[in-house]
Amino acid sequence: MFTFIDTILIGLTSGAVYSLMAIALVLVWRSTRVINFAQAGQALLSTYIGFECIGRFNSYWVALILAMILGAGVSAFIEIVFMRTLFKRNTGPIAGVAPIIATLGLLGIIRSGIGIFMGGKETIIRPPVSNIGYTISGHTFALSPFKLVIVSAVVVMMVVLSLIFTKTNIGLALRASAFAPEIARLAGVKVDAIRTLGWAIAGAAGAAAGMLQTPNGTGALSPDSLEFSLLLVFGFIAAVIGGLESLIGAVIGGLLLGLVLAIVLMYINATLLFMTAFILLILVLLVRPQGIMGKKGGRRA
Amino acid sequence: MSLIVSNLCVDHGAIRALDDVSMNIEQGQLAAVIGANGAGKTTLLRALSGLTPATSGLASWKGHNLLHSKPEKLVRFGVSHVSEGKSVIPELSVEENLNLGALWRRDAKESAQTRESIFETFPRLKERASQLADTLSGGERQMLAIGRALMSKPELLLLDEPSLGLAPLVIAQIFQSIRDLTTQMGLTVVLVEQNALGALEIADVGIVLNLGHVVASDTAKSLIENPQVRAAYLGY
Amino acid sequence: MHKLIHTNVGRLFFFVFLGFILFLAGNRVDELRVYQGATLAMFVVAISSVILLTGYSGQVSLGHGALLAIGGYSAVLARNYWSLPIWLCFAVAVLVTAAAGSVLGTAAARLSGPYLAGTTLALAVGLPSVANQFSFLGGEQGLIFDVGMPPESLGAEFSPYKWYFWIAASAALIAIWWLQNILRSRYGRTWRAVRGHEVAAELAGIHVGKAKTLAFTVSSGLAGLSGALLAMTIGTVSPSAFPLTLSFSLLTGAVLSGVTTLPGVMIGAVTLVAMPEIASAISHRLGDSDVVTQNLPGVLVSALLILVVLLVPNGPVEQLRTLRIRKNAKAHL
Repeated sequence: MFTFIDTILIGLTSGAVYSLMAIALVLVWRSTRVINFAQAGQALLSTYIGFECIGRFNSYWVALILAMILGAGVSAFIEIVFMRTLFKRNTGPIAGVAPIIATLGLLGIIRSGIGIFMGGKETIIRPPVSNIGYTISGHTFALSPFKLVIVSAVVVMMVVLSLIFTKTNIGLALRASAFAPEIARLAGVKVDAIRTLGWAIAGAAGAAAGMLQTPNGTGALSPDSLEFSLLLVFGFIAAVIGGLESLIGAVIGGLLLGLVLAIVLMYINATLLFMTAFILLILVLLVRPQGIMGKKGGRRA
Repeated sequence: MSLIVSNLCVDHGAIRALDDVSMNIEQGQLAAVIGANGAGKTTLLRALSGLTPATSGLASWKGHNLLHSKPEKLVRFGVSHVSEGKSVIPELSVEENLNLGALWRRDAKESAQTRESIFETFPRLKERASQLADTLSGGERQMLAIGRALMSKPELLLLDEPSLGLAPLVIAQIFQSIRDLTTQMGLTVVLVEQNALGALEIADVGIVLNLGHVVASDTAKSLIENPQVRAAYLGY
Repeated sequence: MHKLIHTNVGRLFFFVFLGFILFLAGNRVDELRVYQGATLAMFVVAISSVILLTGYSGQVSLGHGALLAIGGYSAVLARNYWSLPIWLCFAVAVLVTAAAGSVLGTAAARLSGPYLAGTTLALAVGLPSVANQFSFLGGEQGLIFDVGMPPESLGAEFSPYKWYFWIAASAALIAIWWLQNILRSRYGRTWRAVRGHEVAAELAGIHVGKAKTLAFTVSSGLAGLSGALLAMTIGTVSPSAFPLTLSFSLLTGAVLSGVTTLPGVMIGAVTLVAMPEIASAISHRLGDSDVVTQNLPGVLVSALLILVVLLVPNGPVEQLRTLRIRKNAKAHL
């Protein structure tokens, strides 16, 4: 029984972080029709920025906020400098493949670049509050103050995002530009700027994912760390399972993936995690090739 | 002080869609642009609203150069374009579609007034304000598309085939609204239509396009009476 | 010569001739270069496989490393458990991977761009870890792959590396010759049509799903062959031989080659083989620090990748061809 409760707890915490990453990918996909493989790289970079900020301001919370702001900046920069040029120049037969390749290239540069400048140093981010599980009647549960922080931070961000999207003018412009850029332009929406904004919000979400995920594991930060491979692969799988178009889908995809992986982790073993993710993805896509919340025969890239 | 187009040429790759097109539409006039499929009607509107870049020529509205400007900028100069095929966003609610047209405006109160007056013109939209645009009928969508354009406080309204795919009764209704709006709000309207007779009947002036050229240009009344135009486009 | 290449017999002759040149070259360079030659041949096959899938049929694969793993493991298993002759092991690798590819391809044909990219990515990280689960696959250490000593008839000083090179080079030549022929056939045209416009191809009577699945199958067969070659050159198969970065490198190689054109494939392969050496030369100048040596190849390859996509999106070979056509057109005016 305790194992079962722990499984659910682990699934929800890790699922929350995957959801955050998936949201970042969905935001970018909706605003520019690009799968941003550099997202995990950007998250890594933002987390390094966060690490530097912790050293300077001696506060995890200030660092988290700063990492999100600067992560948004980096993301906006990438959209303006790389993506706009890419779309202007690419009309050939591989126009659909080019953005994927470009973002993979960015991922490589960010990872290797960080490796060169930060590789030799020891970089550890400690959780700001205890990450030791609560003990009730002799059993230490997989729920710690920091895990509560993770879940509530993700919930807060999702509520804020959904309020922005449904209640504000900016949100209306973001949705309109995602669904029908031409009509949005005719209505006077500066779609280019809105796209950049979409990337910026994604950058902030990715930064938050990195800053929350790192101290939840070993805390060690490195360009090759497993945490970021997890973010890259599982965030992406969560987004695809959810249907790429939908923010709610991203959350559902993340939580579903988190729970299934937790079951495998607790009841079978850790080596099968990635294979399980693959099988889950295949199963979902066989039933719904457009993802859980995606539209049938919907918009194609 | 009017819409002036002179020697406008637009290319789609190797194909010349508009060739040396000139026209002059006075402020407050409703101009019907008619012609067969592929005559360049849609291209004309897309060039005027900044969606399609022009190859050469001039086009200006009240002294503003229309070519080489982005559509989102032209909206701010009073140029609104309702593109072909019911240009509404089905994933948004009726009210959101309308609000979209006024996002750039900084006058919240006046925008709300504009919305109220649109609801008066098209009461059906008010009834369905909170529904998704996806649930609207074809006629209602067209009303919404025009309403969205009106939310941007336009002076020049570019309408691309509002009658497309609608039932005859609905078409008559939409055309009547377009006529009324033009008169009441002092709009200048360029109405591109396949439904030549219906468009000419409500228009002040008419322009006939064929294979990218202007082949006739006159008052709407004389075009309807012109035997060649009747034979080629009005079908009787 | 130029005209001759464009006939079937001519191409066969050309490839035999190429083989002869390679054979002569193999005798004249040192052991390291011979070994790199074998790696080069392996990359040529692997990159062709990516080009066929992505460039010709328009399906993005981020998981070719997984297909290479299937090929590598099946060759090794055929060798170790059934002691098949080496050429038969390669054949087994091709067939098993092609079969796996046809299953995957059937699923893949239903998926559009980003969904397929996601699935193949998940496969690339998921599949190699399976080896840890079953003891007959050797776990983390993997399995030894011994292709045996070169036949004695080749002489006493014929080194194992040279033997690898011979096997890899002939496998690559045969594979490319065969692929060239397929691409010129009905199937090649079908794939290009599907890549160009799926709906238009469908209306023209092409069964898009079948065409995509077939492309996936053929591409997988080639990937299997290169996986077996990779296993041969490093002497083992293990999960760590097929990391995610391998899949990304192959895609990189394909982009550098010009995703849509097979003739450029050497450019990508040479770049992938040469990059570590160039990087180590540069890092030597920068003072040989560990972090630079480790990370410089990644920076260079990635930078190159971005530059190519931004500047010559269709690859250098295709770009040259376009320039030449434009120049000719101007000359005619």
